[in-house]
Order: sequence, then C-alpha cells, then structure tokens
Amino acid sequence: MRISSMFARRGFNIESLSVGVTERHDVSRITMRVDCEQHPLEQIEKQMHKLVNVLRVSELEPGEAVERELALMKVTATPARRGELIALSQAFNARVADLGTDSIVFEIVGHPEEIDSFEELVRPHGLKELVRTGRIGIGRSATNAAKPRRQHVLT
Amino acid sequence: MTRRMNGADAILRSLEAEGVDTVFGIPGGAVLPTYDAFARGTTVRHVLARHEQGAGHMAEGYARASGRTGVAVATSGPGATNLVTPIADAWMDSTPLVCITGQVRSHLIGTDAFQECDITGITIPVVKHSWLVQDVDQIPHVLKSAFHVARTGRCGPVLVDIPRDIQEAELDFEYPDSVDLPGWKPPQKGHPRQIARAAQALAAAERPVLYVGGGTLNADACDELRMLAELGRFPVVTTLMGKSAFPETHELHFGWPGMHGPKWSNWAMNKCDLLVAVGARFDDRVTGKLAAFAPGATVIHLDVDSAEISKLRQADIPVVGPLKQVLSDLADELRALHGTGLIPRTEPWLRQLAAWREEFPLRYRSGGDTLKPQLVVETLQELTADRDDVVWTTGVGQHQMWAMQYLLCDQPRSFITSGGLGTMGYGVPAAIGAKAARPDATVVCVDGDGCFQMTGQELATSVLEGLPIVVVIVNNGYLGMVRQWQDMFFDERQSQIHLTKNVPDYAKLAEAYGGVGLTVDNEDDLEGVLQEALTCGRTAVVDARVDAAEQCFPMIPAGAAALDLVEFEDGVDEQEKVAAA
Repeated sequence: MRISSMFARRGFNIESLSVGVTERHDVSRITMRVDCEQHPLEQIEKQMHKLVNVLRVSELEPGEAVERELALMKVTATPARRGELIALSQAFNARVADLGTDSIVFEIVGHPEEIDSFEELVRPHGLKELVRTGRIGIGRSATNAAKPRRQHVLT
Repeated sequence: MTRRMNGADAILRSLEAEGVDTVFGIPGGAVLPTYDAFARGTTVRHVLARHEQGAGHMAEGYARASGRTGVAVATSGPGATNLVTPIADAWMDSTPLVCITGQVRSHLIGTDAFQECDITGITIPVVKHSWLVQDVDQIPHVLKSAFHVARTGRCGPVLVDIPRDIQEAELDFEYPDSVDLPGWKPPQKGHPRQIARAAQALAAAERPVLYVGGGTLNADACDELRMLAELGRFPVVTTLMGKSAFPETHELHFGWPGMHGPKWSNWAMNKCDLLVAVGARFDDRVTGKLAAFAPGATVIHLDVDSAEISKLRQADIPVVGPLKQVLSDLADELRALHGTGLIPRTEPWLRQLAAWREEFPLRYRSGGDTLKPQLVVETLQELTADRDDVVWTTGVGQHQMWAMQYLLCDQPRSFITSGGLGTMGYGVPAAIGAKAARPDATVVCVDGDGCFQMTGQELATSVLEGLPIVVVIVNNGYLGMVRQWQDMFFDERQSQIHLTKNVPDYAKLAEAYGGVGLTVDNEDDLEGVLQEALTCGRTAVVDARVDAAEQCFPMIPAGAAALDLVEFEDGVDEQEKVAAA
C-alpha cells in the first residue's frame, strides 16, 4: 500500500506488480515493472529507499536475470476447434488447466514475451478472459567468478 | 527492570524516557485512558488547544523553535483528521513531529464505529512512517522507533495510532535503549571523495553562491555554514525556509531568492558560475522556470536526502550526508587547499552583488494617508533590531512575503513559517508552540487577516496556558495574495476575496479572549502601538489596518524565468500573462 501509493503520487507508472514471501518468512518481495520514460529509474529507486519498510531495492536488468510470468487464458473452443488449439498450446509448453464444452483454459508459464506471443496466437480464436500474474525475476547465477555481477531485483 | 502498567501509562513513560517536556493536544473518547495517565501524574506538560489543527501547528512551532521533536495528541475520527493539515505541513517542510492518535477498540476497527477513521491510511502519503499498534507490548518499541524515524535523516512527521483497548491493556514496561530498523539507515557522513571534489570547485570558483534552505536549520548546521562562508568569502542567499540560517546583517548575506525575492538575490542565483545547494530542494517558488534556472552554473548539492539530489536539477557534484558533518569536512578541505596557496577569488563578484543591491532595492510607495503593510513590517524590524531574543512566525500570503523581505534575522530558528504546504492559519498556533519552547523569547506573529480567522481561537490557549504572544495582523480586509493574482492574471476580476477590515473587530476579539487589543491605521501612531504590544508582556493583538491595494514585488510570474521578474512600478500590461501555477 505504501509503495504503490508513493508511486501513484509521484507519477511513476507501474505496468505490473507481484508480491509474495521470500526465503525469509518475515520478508516479502515485490517485483515491479516500471515505466521509466517520465522519471529516471534512479529517482524511483531513491524514493523507495526512503520507505521504512523497504529493506533493499535492486534493478533486474534484462539479460542478467531469469524472468517468468504465469497466465491463465480462457479461449473459445468448440469440439471441432479443440484439437487445433491444443496442438498450438503444446508448441508453447502450455497446459490445459480446464476443459469445457465451449472453452478451454490454458495455463502458461514462461518468459513474459513468450506469453505475449501465445496470447497473440489464441486471440483470433476468441479470448474470453485473460489473467496474468505480472513478472517475477531472479538474478542469474554467476557463470564467471571473476566478473562481479550486479544483483538486480526491484523489490 | 520492568514495571507492570497499562498501555496509556506506557505511552507517558515512553514520552518521559524520550525527554519530551511538552505535548499539545485535545482529549476525546478513544484517547481517554491516555489522558487519565496525564491526570495521574507525569513530568510532561500538556498544552490544551482549541482545535487539533492548532495543536498540530503548535507542535510544529515548538519543533522549529527548539530543534526538538514536536508531539501532538488527538483522539480518533475527527480529532485525527484535524491533524492531517499539520502533518502534511510537517511533511513538506521536514519538521520532526510525532502524532499520537487514539483509535477505536481493536475489535471495532473496520466496522465504521463511532469516531472511527483510517488515519494511518489517510496519512500514508504525508508521513515518513506510521504504526497502528496491535499489541500493548509493542508500545515502547513503536514509540522509540517513532521518535527515531521522525528525527533522523531528513526530519519529518510520523503517526502512531493506538486503539483504546491497547491503551487499557497491561504490559511489563521497559524502554529499549535502541531500536534497529533494517529498512531505515540514514547516511552518517558524506563521501570524502565527493567532499574533496566540492572543495576544489569552491576554491576555484569566481562567482559562487551558497543557496541555503531549511535543511540547514534542521541539521543545526548554522555555525558550520557560517564558518565555510567566511572561509571562502562566499555569498549566501537563504530561502524562505532557510531564513535565519545565516545572519542577515552579515556582509555575506545577499537576500532571499525566488518568486518574491529581491532582484539582487535572484540575479545572484541565476548569474553565478557555481551554485551550492545546502539543504535546499530547488523548489518551484525559488527556481521559476526550471529550464532557465541558473543557466551555465555547475551545481553542487549537499543534502541528507539522496532522493532530492538530481530530482529537479542535475547535480554535478552530489554530496549525501548530514549537513553538520558535511559542511565541517568541506571547510577542512577548503582550508587545506588554501594552505597550498589557493586564495578566494570572489571579491569582484561580491562587489557586483553589493552594487546590484544598491541599484535594485526593495521599493514601495510610502506616505499618503493610508498605512502601508511594508512599513508595518519595517517598523517591527526597527523596534527589535538590537535584540537577539525575538522569534517571528507568520501566516501565508502577502504579509509572509513582506516579513521575509523586511525582517532581518540573525539568530537561527528565529523565523518560523509554512513554506512547502503554505498553510494559512499557521502563524498563531506556531507562535504559541514557539513560546512553549522558548519561554524567555518574545514571540511575534506577523499574520494576515485571512489567516488569523482560520486559527485565531488559539488565543484562548495562549492566554490560559501562560504562553503570551504578540500578533500583528496586517489587515487589508482581503485574501491579499489571491487578490494580487486575480488583479495581475485574471484581468482584475476579483472573486471571493473580500473579508472586510472590521468584521471581526480584531482588537475587541483579543480583549474577549483575555488579551490586549490595539488598533492602528496611520503612520504616526504605528510605532507607539507596536511598541506597546511588544512590551506589555501579555498576549496582544495589533489590528494594523493597511492599504489593500499594495502588491508584493518583485514577482516572478508562475512559469516565467527567474531573470524575467517583475519589479515594483512595472506596468501590469508589460508582463506575460501566464496561467496561474
């Protein structure tokens, strides 16, 4: 609440937000995708540091992190179309979470861009409902001990 | 060693442990247990206000006058919401404030109970942090944390909301020696390399300016500032919030920059080659159009709050740290550089600034049969010039700007005003709080008639609590600053600004409250009346009826560049008509 309200009043745009517990049960982690067009990321980070509940803020740079998101999509699917849709979903490693007489619910976990692609492909078939969790991310393990890697997670 | 007691006692014992000597507040249902604890005995003085907003501003005035943390207490619901304005004010001006509010019983929270209000939710955007106490055992730790957060790093307000049942519950009380808040680690000192870079830039500068804001006063860094300025022969301009951080009769003081700052101060800021921001935040009232502000100047920004640095203006040399330490280290570095032969090169620049001050003095039309507001303030300055025990507070508006321009403050913390939020009605309660902090000082509130009517009832508090103040109402019968904007930018279409000069009769009102009431409307009687108010030793109100047509100059119209400021006697038609900010 404090964090999102701070973002709102300073005009920082949040595209997505995901919260959950971490390896320490008294610490939670918020992962946010922010729009840095109006305000530099540095200013956003500095304002977050001022909040007493915020322990650490770090930036997840693409390429230096593993990013994932989960989506559930309810797609119109008459029995005739079912097969084609399921074949499509297999190409993306999406699972069938629910099967009904006229719709299928797909569950897909992957890089947010993969999810975007899958969504684009199923949309023409009739996308009835879409729920996305917002991306989470974690720094990549160091492959080269000699090269110091900045730890980035906007948490 | 612990002692068994209830939550309300724990609150008071915690305040005592923090060294709090005065709180300001009004009781109510949700906070009855705490007020019972007051009645059963404590070393903490409670000042009973007449409106919680008054209590909040009193706590602010107390904090600004003393450097200590102000404390306000209120009940739930409307008591708490009445504190929101002072909290927002303290947020904008970085004033250390701990607000303790009662809350309905825990099991009633969320049920729309009588006088229930989500005050922690409402104040989220305007507090550094807040706590809703859910377990009586938390009270000592929460209060210690509250005072710690309010007072460290960049000062500001915090809120502690305590449900009634928690106040009644029992605990084994022990006040912690310290608290560890892992998410709150303000900087302890500035980076030596940055300080060295800053010192080098200062030593080499030919046209530097120290742009001093309220942060310098908050940091108690005035001595260090003076030492640095004198060491390097640097001109100093102080903002509205920084006024009194540097002695104003000192040869190195060059006024107050911004929307109503004198031309020479704005020229100093905008024609310098090195701008050193000291506890200042490039507020829009100071900079005017940002893109045109201090063009070509290298910027050094010294501040304890890293988020302020490069927020509005890119800092070439940022130094994050507590100012007292940073300024002292900076002076040491500069001294070392001087030791290697580098000497200050600022004399020609100082002469130029002095010449501009001669050439563009503050001006107003005087004489005639109406009393001029500027003269009222000038006369107050003359009557108190040789004293070092006067503390000024103001409301917000034209009178505030004239107070900034014409009062000369040499002692730190002698000018208390609402800058960031610009809260009308701040003056009288802030003066009462200042008097509680500084009982030996003469506290004078320069107020507007509009402002006075917002919180004037606190005169009762002043009289009955033995906290006498002098209030000089610069009474033009209007919401003066609004009128000025309507005259200048809305084709003189005046809208809802006429309050009238004689409703109420302020002198009679003062007498009704048990104070001294005086009225003056001409130059001849002015000095005598003001002198009487200043020396009577009682709460006194001077109704100074002034010319309503006076406008505040110079002025940087909203959205205009600072160098395009408008001076007195420039025609209205010559200005750019820009939309009000």
